[in-house]
Amino acid sequence: MTLAAGHPGFMSPTGVEIAFVLVGIATLGAALVTVTTKQLVHAALWLVVALGGFAVEYLLLTAEFIAWVQVLIYVGSVVVLLLFGLMLTKAPIGRSPDADSGNGWVALVVAVAAAATLVWVVVDAFRSTWVDLGGAAQGSAKVTGAILFRHWVLPFEALSVLLLAALVGAIVLSKRGAPARRSLLSKSEALPMRGVPSERKARES
Amino acid sequence: MHLAYPAVLAVLLFCVGLYGVLARRNAILVLMSVELMLNAVNLNLVAFDVWLRDTLHAGQALTLFTITVAAAEIGIGLAIVLLVYRNRGTSDVDKLTDLADTGTLPDSGSASIAPATDNPADTAAEQALRAREQTA
Repeated sequence: MTLAAGHPGFMSPTGVEIAFVLVGIATLGAALVTVTTKQLVHAALWLVVALGGFAVEYLLLTAEFIAWVQVLIYVGSVVVLLLFGLMLTKAPIGRSPDADSGNGWVALVVAVAAAATLVWVVVDAFRSTWVDLGGAAQGSAKVTGAILFRHWVLPFEALSVLLLAALVGAIVLSKRGAPARRSLLSKSEALPMRGVPSERKARES
Repeated sequence: MHLAYPAVLAVLLFCVGLYGVLARRNAILVLMSVELMLNAVNLNLVAFDVWLRDTLHAGQALTLFTITVAAAEIGIGLAIVLLVYRNRGTSDVDKLTDLADTGTLPDSGSASIAPATDNPADTAAEQALRAREQTA
């Protein structure tokens, strides 16, 4: 934890800083395309670029193990899950005009206001703070494994129980026609359903 | 490296995710934006951990935990979205208005979910409509 008194200023960046800013611009651009594109599958694919950019930023911050976990879990499984979700909900492949809701301007105002406030606060607070990236890597697999299994064992085990609970919950939620729900469904099929478009069309004709 | 670079980048990415959560209509796109926000927080945690040179490396441990919780969240979230899609035929968060104030909602389009009727007169009208259909 050192101050930037004896370190290069913002006008003479180091090589790591230049790389960080360039990768950061690419990540930010990919994130912007992710939240603004009209093509749903493209949004998921641009999310891969953004999450990969995050992994490179972790590598530049010498947190090596977290970078590989990021690649494995986010790029490897979360994006694949999202793509499966898009396909199972029959998302249109081409441009879908109703990807954005009508309150886009309100969202833009809120996001720009939050960004301006937070950037101002963060720059004001950490203008002269210098991160020393030299020396031994802070987040190599050896260091992270040691601290994880020396100091953080109990939260680690609790998280494994959480993952198990999430797994069971996802299976229970997505199981088709559980016995208790099947009786409910067969009862409700006697009544005309209001929500489903095909039923409603049949009712109108 | 100046700490301002990762901090500002994390702020900007968080606000991009915030815009996505507020502006997107498809529930899965909202989940993607939530992932962006979580990742921005992770970047902050890693940067501050490297800056403070914490002997416990709490920032990196918390980042790993956040990634795990995000994976659990995306699994449960997608299961809920699929269930909603199977029951309602849509994954549009603007149309899931069962708990909305029905007084101000127009009945928009044929694919929309009919607003919840906690109004006794409305219920009576629906019942009359249903009876008329069955006689027709």
